[in-house]
Amino acid sequence: MLSEDDRRLLHILSQDCRLTAEDLAVQTGLTADYIKKKIKQWEDDKVIAKYGVLINYDQLEEDRVTALIDVKVLPQRGNGYDKIAQRFQKFSEIKSVYLMSGDFDLCLIIEGHNMHEIAQFVSDKLSPLDVIQSTSTRFILRRYKQDGIEFHGEEERPQRLMITP
Amino acid sequence: MKQYLSPLALNLKPSGIRKFFDLAATVEGVISLGVGEPDFATPWVMTEAAIFSLEQGQTMYTSNAGLVELRRELSKYMAKHQGLNYNADQEILITVGASEAIDLAMRALIVPGDGVLIPDPSFVAYAACAEISGAEVHYVTTSAEHDFRLQVEDLQMAYTPNCKILVLSYPNNPTGAVMTREELLPIARFASENDLIIISDEIYSDLNYGGEHTPFATLPYMWNRTLHVSGFSKAYAMTGWRIGYVAGHPDLIQAMLKIHQYTIMCAPIMAQIAALEGLKSGETAKQEMVMEYDRRRRIMVHGLREMGLTCFEPLGAFYVFPDITATGLNSEEFAEQLLKEEKVAVVPGTAFGPAGEGHVRCSYAYSTQQLQEALTRMARFVKKRIS
Repeated sequence: MLSEDDRRLLHILSQDCRLTAEDLAVQTGLTADYIKKKIKQWEDDKVIAKYGVLINYDQLEEDRVTALIDVKVLPQRGNGYDKIAQRFQKFSEIKSVYLMSGDFDLCLIIEGHNMHEIAQFVSDKLSPLDVIQSTSTRFILRRYKQDGIEFHGEEERPQRLMITP
Repeated sequence: MKQYLSPLALNLKPSGIRKFFDLAATVEGVISLGVGEPDFATPWVMTEAAIFSLEQGQTMYTSNAGLVELRRELSKYMAKHQGLNYNADQEILITVGASEAIDLAMRALIVPGDGVLIPDPSFVAYAACAEISGAEVHYVTTSAEHDFRLQVEDLQMAYTPNCKILVLSYPNNPTGAVMTREELLPIARFASENDLIIISDEIYSDLNYGGEHTPFATLPYMWNRTLHVSGFSKAYAMTGWRIGYVAGHPDLIQAMLKIHQYTIMCAPIMAQIAALEGLKSGETAKQEMVMEYDRRRRIMVHGLREMGLTCFEPLGAFYVFPDITATGLNSEEFAEQLLKEEKVAVVPGTAFGPAGEGHVRCSYAYSTQQLQEALTRMARFVKKRIS
Protein backbone atom coordinates (compact mmCIF):
# COMPACT_ATOMS: atom_id res chain seq x y z
CA MET A 1 0.00 0.00 0.00
CA LEU A 2 1.25 3.48 -0.82
CA SER A 3 1.47 5.95 2.02
CA GLU A 4 -0.38 9.23 1.61
CA ASP A 5 2.98 11.04 1.29
CA ASP A 6 4.21 8.70 -1.45
CA ARG A 7 0.93 8.95 -3.29
CA ARG A 8 1.29 12.75 -3.33
CA LEU A 9 4.90 12.50 -4.45
CA LEU A 10 4.01 10.21 -7.37
CA HIS A 11 1.11 12.43 -8.33
CA ILE A 12 3.30 15.54 -8.55
CA LEU A 13 6.00 13.62 -10.45
CA SER A 14 3.43 12.35 -12.92
CA GLN A 15 2.44 15.95 -13.61
CA ASP A 16 5.98 17.24 -14.02
CA CYS A 17 8.96 14.90 -13.91
CA ARG A 18 11.49 17.71 -14.36
CA LEU A 19 11.15 18.92 -10.78
CA THR A 20 14.27 18.41 -8.70
CA ALA A 21 14.25 16.59 -5.38
CA GLU A 22 14.59 20.03 -3.75
CA ASP A 23 11.53 21.37 -5.62
CA LEU A 24 9.60 18.26 -4.65
CA ALA A 25 10.67 18.68 -1.02
CA VAL A 26 9.18 22.19 -0.96
CA GLN A 27 5.97 21.05 -2.58
CA THR A 28 5.36 17.96 -0.45
CA GLY A 29 6.92 18.88 2.89
CA LEU A 30 9.10 15.72 2.71
CA THR A 31 12.91 15.88 2.88
CA ALA A 32 14.97 15.92 -0.30
CA ASP A 33 16.95 12.93 0.99
CA TYR A 34 13.82 10.86 1.45
CA ILE A 35 12.60 11.83 -2.01
CA LYS A 36 15.88 10.92 -3.71
CA LYS A 37 15.93 7.53 -1.98
CA LYS A 38 12.30 6.88 -2.82
CA ILE A 39 12.67 7.79 -6.49
CA LYS A 40 15.77 5.61 -6.80
CA GLN A 41 13.84 2.71 -5.28
CA TRP A 42 10.89 3.27 -7.62
CA GLU A 43 13.24 3.40 -10.61
CA ASP A 44 14.95 0.18 -9.53
CA ASP A 45 11.61 -1.56 -8.99
CA LYS A 46 10.33 -0.28 -12.35
CA VAL A 47 7.48 1.48 -10.59
CA ILE A 48 8.72 4.53 -12.46
CA ALA A 49 9.02 2.88 -15.86
CA LYS A 50 9.96 5.95 -17.89
CA TYR A 51 10.11 9.73 -17.77
CA GLY A 52 8.12 11.05 -20.68
CA VAL A 53 6.96 14.08 -22.61
CA LEU A 54 3.44 14.49 -23.92
CA ILE A 55 3.78 15.91 -27.43
CA ASN A 56 0.91 17.43 -29.34
CA TYR A 57 1.96 16.46 -32.88
CA ASP A 58 -1.08 18.23 -34.31
CA GLN A 59 0.78 21.47 -33.64
CA LEU A 60 3.69 20.35 -35.81
CA GLU A 61 3.89 19.85 -39.56
CA GLU A 62 4.64 16.22 -38.97
CA ASP A 63 3.08 13.14 -40.54
CA ARG A 64 2.15 10.73 -37.81
CA VAL A 65 -0.68 8.27 -37.57
CA THR A 66 -1.83 6.23 -34.62
CA ALA A 67 -4.02 3.16 -34.98
CA LEU A 68 -5.83 0.99 -32.46
CA ILE A 69 -5.86 -2.57 -33.65
CA ASP A 70 -8.29 -4.90 -31.96
CA VAL A 71 -7.21 -8.50 -32.27
CA LYS A 72 -9.07 -11.74 -31.68
CA VAL A 73 -6.66 -14.59 -30.97
CA LEU A 74 -6.69 -18.29 -30.12
CA PRO A 75 -5.48 -18.55 -26.54
CA GLN A 76 -2.85 -21.21 -26.06
CA ARG A 77 -3.15 -24.06 -23.64
CA GLY A 78 -1.22 -23.41 -20.45
CA ASN A 79 -0.17 -19.88 -21.36
CA GLY A 80 -3.51 -18.16 -21.96
CA TYR A 81 -2.89 -14.86 -23.67
CA ASP A 82 0.50 -14.09 -22.13
CA LYS A 83 2.62 -15.88 -24.68
CA ILE A 84 0.82 -14.23 -27.57
CA ALA A 85 0.99 -10.79 -25.98
CA GLN A 86 4.73 -11.24 -25.46
CA ARG A 87 5.09 -12.05 -29.13
CA PHE A 88 3.30 -8.84 -30.08
CA GLN A 89 5.25 -6.65 -27.73
CA LYS A 90 8.54 -7.55 -29.43
CA PHE A 91 7.52 -5.53 -32.52
CA SER A 92 8.97 -2.05 -32.16
CA GLU A 93 6.10 -0.69 -34.26
CA ILE A 94 3.66 -1.71 -31.54
CA LYS A 95 3.74 0.89 -28.79
CA SER A 96 1.20 -0.63 -26.40
CA VAL A 97 -0.39 -4.02 -25.87
CA TYR A 98 -3.46 -4.48 -23.66
CA LEU A 99 -5.57 -7.51 -22.78
CA MET A 100 -9.17 -6.39 -23.10
CA SER A 101 -12.62 -7.45 -22.06
CA GLY A 102 -15.31 -7.48 -24.76
CA ASP A 103 -15.53 -8.72 -28.33
CA PHE A 104 -11.79 -8.70 -28.99
CA ASP A 105 -9.00 -10.09 -26.84
CA LEU A 106 -6.04 -7.78 -27.29
CA CYS A 107 -5.74 -4.16 -28.22
CA LEU A 108 -2.53 -2.98 -29.90
CA ILE A 109 -1.56 0.62 -30.39
CA ILE A 110 0.62 1.24 -33.41
CA GLU A 111 2.28 4.39 -34.61
CA GLY A 112 3.48 5.06 -38.13
CA HIS A 113 4.17 7.86 -40.57
CA ASN A 114 1.06 7.26 -42.64
CA MET A 115 -1.91 4.91 -43.01
CA HIS A 116 -0.18 2.93 -45.69
CA GLU A 117 2.70 2.06 -43.41
CA ILE A 118 0.33 0.77 -40.76
CA ALA A 119 -1.82 -1.13 -43.28
CA GLN A 120 1.37 -2.75 -44.55
CA PHE A 121 2.38 -3.80 -41.09
CA VAL A 122 -1.03 -5.30 -40.35
CA SER A 123 -1.22 -7.24 -43.59
CA ASP A 124 2.44 -8.33 -43.75
CA LYS A 125 3.32 -8.93 -40.16
CA LEU A 126 0.23 -9.36 -38.02
CA SER A 127 -2.42 -11.07 -40.10
CA PRO A 128 -0.20 -13.99 -41.15
CA LEU A 129 0.40 -14.97 -37.52
CA ASP A 130 -1.40 -18.25 -37.00
CA VAL A 131 -2.73 -17.31 -33.57
CA ILE A 132 -4.75 -14.39 -34.99
CA GLN A 133 -8.37 -15.06 -35.86
CA SER A 134 -9.36 -11.55 -36.89
CA THR A 135 -8.37 -7.90 -36.57
CA SER A 136 -10.14 -4.58 -36.70
CA THR A 137 -8.06 -1.47 -37.29
CA ARG A 138 -9.20 1.99 -36.25
CA PHE A 139 -7.21 5.16 -36.91
CA ILE A 140 -7.12 8.12 -34.57
CA LEU A 141 -8.23 11.15 -36.56
CA ARG A 142 -7.86 13.87 -33.96
CA ARG A 143 -6.69 14.02 -30.36
CA TYR A 144 -8.88 16.17 -28.18
CA LYS A 145 -7.53 15.10 -24.83
CA GLN A 146 -4.71 12.83 -23.76
CA ASP A 147 -3.40 12.03 -20.28
CA GLY A 148 -5.68 14.67 -18.80
CA ILE A 149 -4.43 17.42 -21.14
CA GLU A 150 -6.89 19.12 -23.50
CA PHE A 151 -5.38 19.66 -26.96
CA HIS A 152 -8.32 21.35 -28.66
CA GLY A 153 -11.54 23.08 -27.91
CA GLU A 154 -10.52 24.72 -24.68
CA GLU A 155 -12.62 27.83 -24.75
CA GLU A 156 -11.50 31.15 -23.33
CA ARG A 157 -12.75 31.44 -19.80
CA PRO A 158 -13.78 34.85 -18.57
CA GLN A 159 -11.10 36.57 -16.55
CA ARG A 160 -11.45 36.50 -12.81
CA LEU A 161 -11.65 39.86 -11.14
CA MET A 162 -8.23 41.03 -10.05
CA ILE A 163 -9.15 41.40 -6.39
CA THR A 164 -12.04 39.84 -4.50
CA PRO A 165 -12.69 39.44 -0.77
CA MET B 1 -29.32 62.83 -4.10
CA LYS B 2 -27.46 61.89 -0.97
CA GLN B 3 -30.04 63.58 1.20
CA TYR B 4 -32.41 60.72 0.34
CA LEU B 5 -30.11 58.03 1.67
CA SER B 6 -30.62 56.41 5.03
CA PRO B 7 -27.89 57.17 7.57
CA LEU B 8 -27.18 53.44 7.51
CA ALA B 9 -26.36 53.34 3.79
CA LEU B 10 -24.59 56.67 3.98
CA ASN B 11 -22.34 55.67 6.84
CA LEU B 12 -21.54 52.11 5.77
CA LYS B 13 -17.81 52.03 5.02
CA PRO B 14 -16.83 50.79 1.54
CA SER B 15 -14.76 47.63 1.67
CA GLY B 16 -10.99 48.19 1.86
CA ILE B 17 -10.73 45.64 -0.90
CA ARG B 18 -12.80 47.82 -3.22
CA LYS B 19 -10.35 50.67 -2.85
CA PHE B 20 -7.42 48.47 -3.72
CA PHE B 21 -9.29 46.89 -6.61
CA ASP B 22 -9.76 50.31 -8.21
CA LEU B 23 -6.05 51.02 -7.86
CA ALA B 24 -4.97 47.67 -9.32
CA ALA B 25 -7.27 48.17 -12.30
CA THR B 26 -5.18 51.16 -13.39
CA VAL B 27 -1.93 49.17 -13.73
CA GLU B 28 -1.26 46.98 -16.77
CA GLY B 29 0.39 43.55 -16.82
CA VAL B 30 -0.42 42.80 -13.21
CA ILE B 31 0.05 39.36 -11.68
CA SER B 32 -2.63 39.24 -9.05
CA LEU B 33 -2.53 37.26 -5.82
CA GLY B 34 -5.61 39.15 -4.74
CA VAL B 35 -8.41 36.79 -5.60
CA GLY B 36 -10.50 34.98 -3.01
CA GLU B 37 -11.83 32.34 -5.36
CA PRO B 38 -10.57 29.11 -6.94
CA ASP B 39 -8.86 29.25 -10.34
CA PHE B 40 -10.37 25.88 -11.28
CA ALA B 41 -13.56 25.63 -13.26
CA THR B 42 -16.45 23.85 -11.53
CA PRO B 43 -15.99 20.06 -11.96
CA TRP B 44 -17.64 19.13 -15.24
CA VAL B 45 -19.94 16.48 -13.75
CA MET B 46 -21.67 19.28 -11.85
CA THR B 47 -21.83 21.75 -14.71
CA GLU B 48 -23.12 18.99 -16.99
CA ALA B 49 -25.88 18.12 -14.51
CA ALA B 50 -27.00 21.75 -14.52
CA ILE B 51 -26.96 21.94 -18.33
CA PHE B 52 -29.00 18.75 -18.55
CA SER B 53 -31.55 20.10 -16.08
CA LEU B 54 -31.92 23.27 -18.13
CA GLU B 55 -32.51 21.17 -21.24
CA GLN B 56 -35.21 19.36 -19.32
CA GLY B 57 -36.88 22.68 -18.62
CA GLN B 58 -36.07 22.78 -14.90
CA THR B 59 -36.17 26.55 -14.69
CA MET B 60 -38.74 27.12 -11.95
CA TYR B 61 -38.65 28.33 -8.35
CA THR B 62 -37.83 25.64 -5.83
CA SER B 63 -39.30 25.49 -2.35
CA ASN B 64 -38.08 28.42 -0.27
CA ALA B 65 -35.72 26.30 1.80
CA GLY B 66 -34.23 24.72 -1.33
CA LEU B 67 -34.77 21.48 -3.23
CA VAL B 68 -35.71 18.77 -0.78
CA GLU B 69 -33.37 16.32 -2.58
CA LEU B 70 -30.48 18.71 -2.03
CA ARG B 71 -31.32 19.21 1.64
CA ARG B 72 -31.60 15.45 2.17
CA GLU B 73 -28.31 14.76 0.42
CA LEU B 74 -26.65 17.55 2.38
CA SER B 75 -28.02 16.15 5.61
CA LYS B 76 -26.54 12.74 4.76
CA TYR B 77 -23.25 14.29 3.63
CA MET B 78 -22.82 16.33 6.82
CA ALA B 79 -23.61 13.31 8.98
CA LYS B 80 -21.16 11.07 7.13
CA HIS B 81 -18.24 13.44 6.63
CA GLN B 82 -18.50 15.91 9.50
CA GLY B 83 -20.43 14.22 12.28
CA LEU B 84 -23.13 16.87 12.05
CA ASN B 85 -26.77 15.87 12.44
CA TYR B 86 -29.36 18.12 10.85
CA ASN B 87 -32.86 17.23 9.78
CA ALA B 88 -33.44 18.09 6.12
CA ASP B 89 -36.99 19.35 6.70
CA GLN B 90 -36.57 21.90 9.46
CA GLU B 91 -32.90 22.47 10.11
CA ILE B 92 -31.27 23.22 6.74
CA LEU B 93 -31.75 26.26 4.52
CA ILE B 94 -30.19 26.60 1.05
CA THR B 95 -29.00 30.17 0.46
CA VAL B 96 -27.51 32.38 -2.24
CA GLY B 97 -23.93 31.77 -1.17
CA ALA B 98 -22.72 31.61 2.42
CA SER B 99 -22.87 35.42 2.34
CA GLU B 100 -26.65 35.39 2.31
CA ALA B 101 -26.66 32.95 5.22
CA ILE B 102 -24.51 35.33 7.25
CA ASP B 103 -26.79 38.25 6.47
CA LEU B 104 -29.91 36.24 7.33
CA ALA B 105 -28.42 35.08 10.61
CA MET B 106 -27.60 38.63 11.66
CA ARG B 107 -31.01 39.93 10.66
CA ALA B 108 -32.87 37.13 12.40
CA LEU B 109 -30.95 37.50 15.65
CA ILE B 110 -29.95 41.12 16.15
CA VAL B 111 -31.91 43.68 18.11
CA PRO B 112 -30.31 47.09 17.44
CA GLY B 113 -27.69 47.69 20.07
CA ASP B 114 -26.76 44.02 20.47
CA GLY B 115 -23.05 43.31 20.41
CA VAL B 116 -21.43 41.02 17.84
CA LEU B 117 -17.96 39.65 18.53
CA ILE B 118 -15.88 39.31 15.37
CA PRO B 119 -12.33 37.98 15.19
CA ASP B 120 -9.99 40.47 13.63
CA PRO B 121 -8.75 40.10 10.93
CA SER B 122 -11.55 38.29 9.13
CA PHE B 123 -13.76 38.26 6.02
CA VAL B 124 -15.09 41.73 5.24
CA ALA B 125 -18.81 40.92 5.31
CA TYR B 126 -19.22 39.97 8.99
CA ALA B 127 -18.85 43.45 10.45
CA ALA B 128 -20.77 45.05 7.59
CA CYS B 129 -23.73 42.65 7.93
CA ALA B 130 -23.76 43.14 11.70
CA GLU B 131 -23.81 46.91 11.26
CA ILE B 132 -26.55 46.78 8.65
CA SER B 133 -28.67 45.00 11.25
CA GLY B 134 -27.95 47.69 13.81
CA ALA B 135 -25.44 45.78 15.92
CA GLU B 136 -22.39 47.11 17.69
CA VAL B 137 -19.24 45.41 16.39
CA HIS B 138 -16.67 44.22 18.94
CA TYR B 139 -13.44 43.14 17.28
CA VAL B 140 -11.55 40.34 18.98
CA THR B 141 -7.91 40.79 18.09
CA THR B 142 -6.01 37.73 16.92
CA SER B 143 -2.29 37.81 16.27
CA ALA B 144 0.59 36.09 14.54
CA GLU B 145 1.94 35.27 18.00
CA HIS B 146 -0.83 32.64 18.29
CA ASP B 147 -0.94 31.84 14.56
CA PHE B 148 -4.12 33.94 14.36
CA ARG B 149 -6.09 31.47 16.46
CA LEU B 150 -8.78 32.99 18.64
CA GLN B 151 -7.69 33.11 22.30
CA VAL B 152 -10.32 33.04 25.02
CA GLU B 153 -8.47 35.79 26.95
CA ASP B 154 -8.85 38.14 23.99
CA LEU B 155 -12.48 37.18 23.68
CA GLN B 156 -12.93 38.04 27.34
CA MET B 157 -11.34 41.46 26.75
CA ALA B 158 -13.63 42.33 23.85
CA TYR B 159 -16.78 41.01 25.52
CA THR B 160 -19.41 43.31 27.04
CA PRO B 161 -22.74 42.16 28.49
CA ASN B 162 -24.69 43.32 25.42
CA CYS B 163 -22.84 40.78 23.25
CA LYS B 164 -25.17 38.19 21.78
CA ILE B 165 -23.31 36.73 18.79
CA LEU B 166 -19.82 35.41 18.20
CA VAL B 167 -18.70 34.94 14.62
CA LEU B 168 -16.17 32.19 14.00
CA SER B 169 -14.51 31.48 10.67
CA TYR B 170 -11.96 28.70 10.64
CA PRO B 171 -10.21 27.94 8.36
CA ASN B 172 -9.86 31.68 8.19
CA ASN B 173 -9.88 34.22 5.42
CA PRO B 174 -7.47 36.14 5.25
CA THR B 175 -4.97 34.38 7.53
CA GLY B 176 -5.38 30.70 6.62
CA ALA B 177 -5.49 29.90 10.34
CA VAL B 178 -7.30 26.78 11.54
CA MET B 179 -8.40 25.81 15.05
CA THR B 180 -8.29 22.29 16.47
CA ARG B 181 -10.94 20.74 18.67
CA GLU B 182 -8.81 21.36 21.77
CA GLU B 183 -8.37 25.01 20.88
CA LEU B 184 -12.09 25.45 20.23
CA LEU B 185 -13.21 23.88 23.52
CA PRO B 186 -12.47 26.94 25.71
CA ILE B 187 -14.29 29.10 23.15
CA ALA B 188 -17.30 26.80 23.45
CA ARG B 189 -17.22 27.05 27.25
CA PHE B 190 -17.05 30.82 26.97
CA ALA B 191 -20.07 30.80 24.63
CA SER B 192 -22.08 28.70 27.08
CA GLU B 193 -21.16 30.83 30.09
CA ASN B 194 -22.10 34.04 28.31
CA ASP B 195 -25.11 32.69 26.42
CA LEU B 196 -23.71 33.54 22.98
CA ILE B 197 -25.07 32.38 19.64
CA ILE B 198 -22.29 31.31 17.28
CA ILE B 199 -22.33 32.02 13.57
CA SER B 200 -19.68 29.58 12.41
CA ASP B 201 -18.65 30.23 8.82
CA GLU B 202 -16.99 27.00 7.73
CA ILE B 203 -16.92 27.65 4.00
CA TYR B 204 -13.23 26.65 3.84
CA SER B 205 -13.61 23.49 5.95
CA ASP B 206 -12.69 21.16 3.08
CA LEU B 207 -9.53 23.13 2.39
CA ASN B 208 -7.77 21.95 5.50
CA TYR B 209 -4.19 20.71 5.20
CA GLY B 210 -3.37 19.93 8.77
CA GLY B 211 -5.80 17.15 9.58
CA GLU B 212 -9.44 16.81 10.59
CA HIS B 213 -11.64 19.87 10.55
CA THR B 214 -13.78 20.24 13.69
CA PRO B 215 -17.23 21.69 12.99
CA PHE B 216 -18.04 23.96 15.91
CA ALA B 217 -21.55 22.51 16.29
CA THR B 218 -20.05 19.10 17.15
CA LEU B 219 -18.54 20.44 20.40
CA PRO B 220 -20.43 19.66 23.64
CA TYR B 221 -23.67 21.66 24.04
CA MET B 222 -22.88 23.74 20.94
CA TRP B 223 -25.43 22.25 18.50
CA ASN B 224 -28.29 24.36 19.90
CA ARG B 225 -26.42 27.64 19.88
CA THR B 226 -24.51 27.30 16.59
CA LEU B 227 -25.54 28.33 13.12
CA HIS B 228 -23.37 26.22 10.83
CA VAL B 229 -22.75 28.22 7.64
CA SER B 230 -21.05 26.79 4.59
CA GLY B 231 -21.39 26.49 0.84
CA PHE B 232 -20.04 25.14 -2.40
CA SER B 233 -18.07 28.15 -3.67
CA LYS B 234 -14.63 27.27 -2.41
CA ALA B 235 -14.31 23.49 -2.24
CA TYR B 236 -16.26 22.82 -5.45
CA ALA B 237 -15.02 25.94 -7.29
CA MET B 238 -18.55 27.31 -7.66
CA THR B 239 -18.23 30.97 -6.69
CA GLY B 240 -20.30 32.32 -9.58
CA TRP B 241 -23.17 29.90 -9.00
CA ARG B 242 -23.92 31.55 -5.65
CA ILE B 243 -24.91 28.54 -3.63
CA GLY B 244 -24.50 28.11 0.12
CA TYR B 245 -26.39 26.81 3.12
CA VAL B 246 -26.97 27.22 6.82
CA ALA B 247 -27.94 24.57 9.34
CA GLY B 248 -29.00 24.93 12.94
CA HIS B 249 -31.74 24.80 15.54
CA PRO B 250 -35.17 24.75 13.80
CA ASP B 251 -36.35 27.89 15.65
CA LEU B 252 -33.45 29.86 14.19
CA ILE B 253 -33.58 28.32 10.72
CA GLN B 254 -37.32 28.80 10.40
CA ALA B 255 -36.98 32.50 11.35
CA MET B 256 -34.23 32.93 8.77
CA LEU B 257 -36.40 31.11 6.23
CA LYS B 258 -39.11 33.76 6.69
CA ILE B 259 -36.72 36.57 5.78
CA HIS B 260 -35.25 34.50 2.93
CA GLN B 261 -38.66 33.76 1.40
CA TYR B 262 -39.57 37.45 1.18
CA THR B 263 -36.22 38.80 0.05
CA ILE B 264 -34.77 36.02 -2.12
CA MET B 265 -37.55 33.45 -2.63
CA CYS B 266 -35.11 30.64 -3.29
CA ALA B 267 -31.56 29.97 -4.44
CA PRO B 268 -31.24 29.48 -8.23
CA ILE B 269 -32.45 26.03 -9.22
CA MET B 270 -29.60 25.28 -11.64
CA ALA B 271 -27.06 26.00 -8.92
CA GLN B 272 -28.95 23.74 -6.53
CA ILE B 273 -28.92 20.92 -9.08
CA ALA B 274 -25.19 21.34 -9.71
CA ALA B 275 -24.55 21.33 -5.95
CA LEU B 276 -26.62 18.15 -5.54
CA GLU B 277 -24.50 16.45 -8.20
CA GLY B 278 -21.36 17.65 -6.42
CA LEU B 279 -22.43 15.95 -3.19
CA LYS B 280 -23.14 12.73 -5.08
CA SER B 281 -20.13 12.53 -7.38
CA GLY B 282 -17.81 15.52 -6.91
CA GLU B 283 -15.65 14.09 -4.14
CA THR B 284 -12.71 12.95 -6.31
CA ALA B 285 -12.53 16.24 -8.19
CA LYS B 286 -12.65 18.09 -4.87
CA GLN B 287 -9.82 16.02 -3.39
CA GLU B 288 -7.66 16.65 -6.46
CA MET B 289 -8.13 20.39 -6.08
CA VAL B 290 -7.29 20.21 -2.37
CA MET B 291 -4.09 18.31 -3.18
CA GLU B 292 -3.11 20.96 -5.70
CA TYR B 293 -3.80 23.82 -3.26
CA ASP B 294 -1.64 22.10 -0.66
CA ARG B 295 1.26 21.93 -3.10
CA ARG B 296 0.91 25.63 -3.96
CA ARG B 297 0.59 26.53 -0.29
CA ARG B 298 3.99 24.99 0.40
CA ILE B 299 5.56 26.80 -2.58
CA MET B 300 4.21 30.14 -1.28
CA VAL B 301 5.25 29.73 2.35
CA HIS B 302 8.72 28.57 1.29
CA GLY B 303 9.11 31.43 -1.20
CA LEU B 304 8.00 34.11 1.27
CA ARG B 305 10.28 32.82 4.00
CA GLU B 306 13.21 32.58 1.57
CA MET B 307 12.89 36.29 0.79
CA GLY B 308 13.19 37.08 4.48
CA LEU B 309 9.57 37.60 5.51
CA THR B 310 8.16 36.01 8.64
CA CYS B 311 5.30 33.79 7.62
CA PHE B 312 3.39 31.47 9.92
CA GLU B 313 2.23 28.25 8.29
CA PRO B 314 -1.41 28.59 7.24
CA LEU B 315 -3.17 25.22 7.43
CA GLY B 316 -6.43 26.11 5.74
CA ALA B 317 -8.21 28.03 2.98
CA PHE B 318 -5.98 29.28 0.12
CA TYR B 319 -4.25 32.28 1.62
CA VAL B 320 -0.92 33.05 3.19
CA PHE B 321 -0.61 36.06 5.44
CA PRO B 322 3.05 37.07 5.69
CA ASP B 323 4.35 39.67 8.12
CA ILE B 324 5.82 42.50 6.03
CA THR B 325 7.00 44.81 8.83
CA ALA B 326 10.65 43.89 8.15
CA THR B 327 10.39 46.04 5.01
CA GLY B 328 9.66 49.12 7.12
CA LEU B 329 6.35 49.58 5.31
CA ASN B 330 2.81 49.32 6.58
CA SER B 331 0.28 47.05 4.86
CA GLU B 332 -1.13 49.63 2.50
CA GLU B 333 2.25 51.08 1.56
CA PHE B 334 3.59 47.60 0.88
CA ALA B 335 0.64 46.64 -1.32
CA GLU B 336 0.67 49.93 -3.22
CA GLN B 337 4.41 50.06 -3.83
CA LEU B 338 4.55 46.37 -4.79
CA LEU B 339 1.78 46.97 -7.31
CA LYS B 340 3.47 50.00 -8.83
CA GLU B 341 7.04 48.71 -8.84
CA GLU B 342 6.65 45.03 -9.58
CA LYS B 343 3.06 44.77 -10.77
CA VAL B 344 2.03 42.19 -8.21
CA ALA B 345 -1.33 42.69 -6.51
CA VAL B 346 -1.76 41.52 -2.92
CA VAL B 347 -4.39 42.75 -0.48
CA PRO B 348 -3.38 44.88 2.54
CA GLY B 349 -4.14 43.03 5.77
CA THR B 350 -5.98 46.09 7.07
CA ALA B 351 -8.77 45.48 4.51
CA PHE B 352 -9.79 42.66 6.88
CA GLY B 353 -9.72 44.64 10.09
CA PRO B 354 -7.26 46.72 12.11
CA ALA B 355 -5.34 43.68 13.38
CA GLY B 356 -4.33 42.91 9.80
CA GLU B 357 -1.81 45.76 9.96
CA GLY B 358 1.72 44.60 9.22
CA HIS B 359 0.49 41.78 6.97
CA VAL B 360 -0.73 41.28 3.42
CA ARG B 361 -2.99 38.55 2.09
CA CYS B 362 -1.61 36.51 -0.78
CA SER B 363 -3.99 34.06 -2.41
CA TYR B 364 -2.48 30.92 -3.91
CA ALA B 365 -5.46 30.05 -6.08
CA TYR B 366 -3.18 30.46 -9.09
CA SER B 367 -1.08 28.15 -11.26
CA THR B 368 2.38 27.29 -9.95
CA GLN B 369 3.95 29.23 -12.85
CA GLN B 370 2.06 32.38 -11.85
CA LEU B 371 3.00 31.88 -8.20
CA GLN B 372 6.69 31.42 -9.07
CA GLU B 373 6.69 34.59 -11.16
CA ALA B 374 4.90 36.56 -8.43
CA LEU B 375 7.39 35.28 -5.85
CA THR B 376 10.35 36.30 -8.02
CA ARG B 377 8.96 39.81 -8.37
CA MET B 378 8.14 40.07 -4.66
CA ALA B 379 11.61 38.86 -3.68
CA ARG B 380 13.16 41.62 -5.80
CA PHE B 381 10.90 44.17 -4.12
CA VAL B 382 11.56 42.94 -0.60
CA LYS B 383 15.32 42.65 -1.10
CA LYS B 384 15.56 46.39 -1.74
CA ARG B 385 13.93 47.07 1.60
CA ILE B 386 15.42 44.52 3.93
CA SER B 387 19.06 45.04 4.77
